[in-house]
Amino acid sequence: MPARLVELLQHLVNGLSVGTIYALIALGYTMVYGVLKLINFAHGDVYMVGAFSGYYLAGRLVPERAAGAPPPGLAGATLQAALVTLGAMAVCALLGLAIERFAYRPLRGRARLTSLITAIGVSLLLEYGFQLQPIRGLPVAFPPGPTPRFFPELLPRADWSLGGVSLSNYDVIGLAVAVALMIGLQLVVYRTRFGTAMRAVSFDPKVAALMGIPVDRIIAGTFALGSALAAAAAILNAVPRPQIHPLFGLLPGLKAFVAAVLGGIGSVPGAMVGGLALGLAEELVAGYTASSFKDAIAFTVLILVLLFRPDGLFGRARVEKV
Amino acid sequence: MRRLRSLALAVLPLAVALPLLLGLRAVAGPYLTIVLLDVGVNVILAVSLQVVNGFTGQFSLGHAGFMSVGAYTAAKVTLGLADVQLAFLPTAASDAVVFAGALAAGMAAAALAGLLVGLPSLRLRGDYLAIVTLGFGEIIRSVIENSPWLGGALGLTSLPLETGVVGVGLAVVATVVMAWRLLRSTQGRALLAIREDEVAAEAMGVDTTGYKVRAFVISAAFAGLAGGLVAHLIGSISPGNFGFVRSMEIVVMVVLGGLGSISGAVVAAAGLTVALELLREFQAYRMVAYALLLIVVMLARPQGLLGTRELWEPWRRRRTGGAA
Amino acid sequence: MRGARGVAPVAILLALAACERKRPAEGVAAAAPAAAAPAPGQPLLLGHVASLTGNEATFGDSTEKGIRLAVDERNAGGGVAGHPVAIRTYDDQGKPEEAAIVATRLAVEDRAQVLLGEVASKRSLAMAPIADRYQVPMVTPSSTNPKVTVENDQVHPYVFRVCFIDPFQGGVMARFARQTLHLSRVAVLRDVGNDYSVGLADFFLARFRALGGEVVDDESYKAGDQDFKAQLTAIKAHRPEAIYVPGYYTDVALIARQARELGMAQPLLGGDGWDSAKLFEISRGALEGSYFSDHYSAEDPSPAIQGFVSRYRTRFGAVPDSMAAMGYDAARIAMDAMARARDLTGPAIRDALAATRGFAGITGTISIDAHHDAVKPAVVLQVVNGAGKFVAAVQPD
Repeated sequence: MPARLVELLQHLVNGLSVGTIYALIALGYTMVYGVLKLINFAHGDVYMVGAFSGYYLAGRLVPERAAGAPPPGLAGATLQAALVTLGAMAVCALLGLAIERFAYRPLRGRARLTSLITAIGVSLLLEYGFQLQPIRGLPVAFPPGPTPRFFPELLPRADWSLGGVSLSNYDVIGLAVAVALMIGLQLVVYRTRFGTAMRAVSFDPKVAALMGIPVDRIIAGTFALGSALAAAAAILNAVPRPQIHPLFGLLPGLKAFVAAVLGGIGSVPGAMVGGLALGLAEELVAGYTASSFKDAIAFTVLILVLLFRPDGLFGRARVEKV
Repeated sequence: MRRLRSLALAVLPLAVALPLLLGLRAVAGPYLTIVLLDVGVNVILAVSLQVVNGFTGQFSLGHAGFMSVGAYTAAKVTLGLADVQLAFLPTAASDAVVFAGALAAGMAAAALAGLLVGLPSLRLRGDYLAIVTLGFGEIIRSVIENSPWLGGALGLTSLPLETGVVGVGLAVVATVVMAWRLLRSTQGRALLAIREDEVAAEAMGVDTTGYKVRAFVISAAFAGLAGGLVAHLIGSISPGNFGFVRSMEIVVMVVLGGLGSISGAVVAAAGLTVALELLREFQAYRMVAYALLLIVVMLARPQGLLGTRELWEPWRRRRTGGAA
Repeated sequence: MRGARGVAPVAILLALAACERKRPAEGVAAAAPAAAAPAPGQPLLLGHVASLTGNEATFGDSTEKGIRLAVDERNAGGGVAGHPVAIRTYDDQGKPEEAAIVATRLAVEDRAQVLLGEVASKRSLAMAPIADRYQVPMVTPSSTNPKVTVENDQVHPYVFRVCFIDPFQGGVMARFARQTLHLSRVAVLRDVGNDYSVGLADFFLARFRALGGEVVDDESYKAGDQDFKAQLTAIKAHRPEAIYVPGYYTDVALIARQARELGMAQPLLGGDGWDSAKLFEISRGALEGSYFSDHYSAEDPSPAIQGFVSRYRTRFGAVPDSMAAMGYDAARIAMDAMARARDLTGPAIRDALAATRGFAGITGTISIDAHHDAVKPAVVLQVVNGAGKFVAAVQPD
């Protein structure tokens, strides 16, 4: 293959790999926004907690192997990885429930910016709480403190070179898991009673309550689901890029928020497409133009899209009611 | 006659404030002084953002971007005129005139930036406006970072330390007077109408886009003023000072004080700044305490410390329903 | 026009703001002289301005640990001139304004004898005018930008540093790459938001070109990014012989891994921001054969260094990184100057600091020059088996 084509394909692979992570985090933003019309600014920090949950769980389940010890079979490793991921998802689902119950529910029906402040409060609490020095006497070193941690390799890595384009099993697994989760989510939203209730709450919470839909439980369930997705995204990101720290959710959280808006906030396929589009756009900008302007150009693209499509790529235009 | 009255209303608070500030400057120690300056700058930022977020109900997340435009413009002016001496004035007075000119230039540049950002983006509503203003803030920061003329990542250094209690105090008074006069004017009524119901306001013949852009420009100008003051307070500025986190901090002050309340923004900005200073002893636990404080205050007073009321009208009924 | 009414108060404000006296606080400082000498037996205070939270908290944390170790050891040996030494640390969250406030508080309210900090140059720059104004000497452990001590050809009278500066370190690696490794084509990958990284990259480029080398690509990233493959793919297409990555280890570990994943075998070159055991833990072999410049080698068999490493490890359970070593040296030089000073006032300590010659620090033998910068050699280390192995020492020009 000509070198320029190899380079382009490599950029596409890289961009998809990053975009997948953005997309998974954006799904959580978009779901919560769909039912509550609230930007959950703590979502990026839930993602961070997901990574640390995986880190601590893996420390228990996957002890560091001594050099030369035989690696666990692929099946065993896959099982361990799945357990760690599910465990982290469960921790974050609980965290999401707690955040919703204590920081958002008391303010429901108030001005929306009010919940934004508690969201920022929760976000700061998680970020700075995790930067504290470990408490003595706990079985694990928690809080982790500001120094970055190495995230264990849950699955053996396999690198392939296809005509000069580097690709790894992590990229493939990441994309597959993300697509599977998105399809699953779409099924939940459109094919289950929970999903029907979710859409009803999203359409009009007051009327939904009158129809006998338990609005509080539906909203809590949506938070749990969105937070679990953030944990999955965190593990999928931390395995190939194995460095985690308390502020590790800040930038991905912001980018995923942008991706969700780009796709049309409130739309599940929109979040997916927005995430992948943002990942690819950043990659191509950094690869082919001045990489020092990467963020500026990514935001310029976003602004242009929004100016021409004010409701995002997949958003429905709202009709103003008088 | 009306014109004279409005002029008097604008000048009078400044005239009253001046001797008080001169007295304060004489008695305040260096540590109290620098904390007061920090409080003052935050008050200017919060009150100016109140014009957009509180009065007009538009959610802007790019205030720090306008602040940086003001800061860099003012800094460039004072650096460029460092050796200029106005012949008819003593050195100190000459420097002060240059500084005042630099602040004015910073305000003008920030206002221009506000116009450029506001014109296209104010068609968008709610969270979309938030993300676009956030984007512009990040673009401004990125451009500064990549510009050697503006010092790149290190920023500009060796700025004259001109910011003092009197300058910041007068700027605070001017900002509050501006917000207060604005709120009582036709323009202010139009802004409140937009906040309460944009469609209805438009139907009543309010030029919503025009008023929104004007509010945005005024707000940006005062953010630029705060930027110019900050630059000459610590003597150096870098793009890192003006990121997204800074914008968020200002939004927190505005909402915590009560959307639409000028005195609320003042109280919240001053209170949060002082609270953070008092928590200093707790080192790394300080920000955890701050986060808890935010959550608890918001849960206890969801309408903000003062709601939409002002400090001087404690018994008045709520002016309007909840803000957007 | 109604809008014009708003302009009037602004104009008046600006006219009045102009009445400000220039540098009002200078008068205050003159009225209240720098910290008076404490009574015998009273503790002497080191005020540390640090980022204990925020993006660069890991560096503030390490520096703080280094300082604590130095102070505790000195107190165990009887303190300074009959006084015990105390430390007070305030967090600045990585923000220059906060650094200025905190420095003022330490200098004026807490009456610290010496200010220590900051790690990053932009925050040290916010502290420098305060040190000068209140005549409290300030020693920065690791701010490498030349402007921290010398601005507009004027030396800040009260500001010192114990590290070398960017032009020297960038030049060291450029010379090593060109003359020892005989490289002729390199690429640069810098952290565009970090003045340290940008400064080193610029000085490296200038020197490398001056020595006849070619810089084939110059890419940027931003601290906190987690994926660097876009830039690395672009660099790969230019086929450099090595890549200079003068960033912090928090980013370099992932950069190294991702370069190898893209099939790039070139060595990476870097600076003292690399120095941390975490770098090797996270990069997992991806940096084998790469080179970086540093203040010292933790593997150096000299008893002083090994003693420091083992005491630090016993106390904090980790291998000291370069920030810890620099914090340790900064505190020791400050205490050494206090012990030598004719009295414990700011100007006397300042004079003693300026007279520091041949101080045997962990990070080299340190002398303070006329610019208040540390004159000391740099070392070039090669990554071998997950540790920095000594390759060469480069003396200052």
